[in-house]
Amino acid sequence: MHRTAVKKVVRENVLDANDTLANANRDVFDRAGTFTINMMSSPGAGKTALLERTLERLRDQLRLGVLEGDVQTTLDADRLARFHIPLVQVNTDPGFGGECHLDANMVRSGLSELPLDDIDILIIENVGNLVCPAEFRVGEDVRVMVYSITEGEEKPLKYPLMFRSADLVLINKVDLLEHLDFDLEQFLGNLDAVNPGVKTVLTSAQTGRGVDEWCDWLGKRLEKV
Amino acid sequence: MHELSIAESVVRIASRQAEGRRVTKVQMKVGYLRQVVPSALTFGFGLLAEGTPVEGAELEMEQIPAEGRCRGCGIESRLGSFPLQCEECGGFDLEILKGEELMVESLELEEA
Repeated sequence: MHRTAVKKVVRENVLDANDTLANANRDVFDRAGTFTINMMSSPGAGKTALLERTLERLRDQLRLGVLEGDVQTTLDADRLARFHIPLVQVNTDPGFGGECHLDANMVRSGLSELPLDDIDILIIENVGNLVCPAEFRVGEDVRVMVYSITEGEEKPLKYPLMFRSADLVLINKVDLLEHLDFDLEQFLGNLDAVNPGVKTVLTSAQTGRGVDEWCDWLGKRLEKV
Repeated sequence: MHELSIAESVVRIASRQAEGRRVTKVQMKVGYLRQVVPSALTFGFGLLAEGTPVEGAELEMEQIPAEGRCRGCGIESRLGSFPLQCEECGGFDLEILKGEELMVESLELEEA
């Protein structure tokens, strides 16, 4: 038996559901007066190490909170426990085989465990991945990317989606500059090609270089809110 | 693999819009700037459609090239590979007009 097909025009954005939830998260943050950072990078770029430096630098001035996203384990959260700040770990593992990013719904699931009214800045440490997190807004005010110089100069051209979406790029592990062939000028050129004029800060979680400058940038963004 | 999450959302949208009928084809528009790998999306789609009204449906993707308007010279042009650059004057300051689509455009449904 032959069945005829009928066409139905839908025109629905695939990410609408996520964006709706991201906006809802944003409302929650705004009502609580919480400034939210979505921190993204490859695995091993030094997000957690820089976060530790940042917490050391800012914890006496601002009330900080952290939402940790990882496919598995609470290792990162355990590292940050010594700061005695509100901290929640969201493992993406219960998703379809372990999601490679945080989406708005996963972030929402962690919010009930955070006293947002008592948090000035919430740092969301996304899952280490250069592609997927860029696609999913979670309700953040700013996107900060951590990029380590051990990753080479060409990555902005290979992964433009994430580099385009960043408000700030922290170029990390610069204490290794003298030991590597990394061409900083070439990297900055590639970065500028995909995200013209984006602000960058040279950092080293090892030596603490650039941490003041990055925290100053953050302070200025906070003032604008 | 953000394709898996995207596929999940596509299947969800198609299932809801099907209103109880079987879906035989899903037509999508995918912008160049989305960095979607078609084979990965098709794979995820097939997997996640199982057991839903979308099972067995064909996934058709129309790739939308990137286009932008130059804030320098005002000309609209096709944007090829990175760096995204105005074809006319070479400027980098562009308003993106096309290429960020990620949309379920239409469905083909079996007649009830």
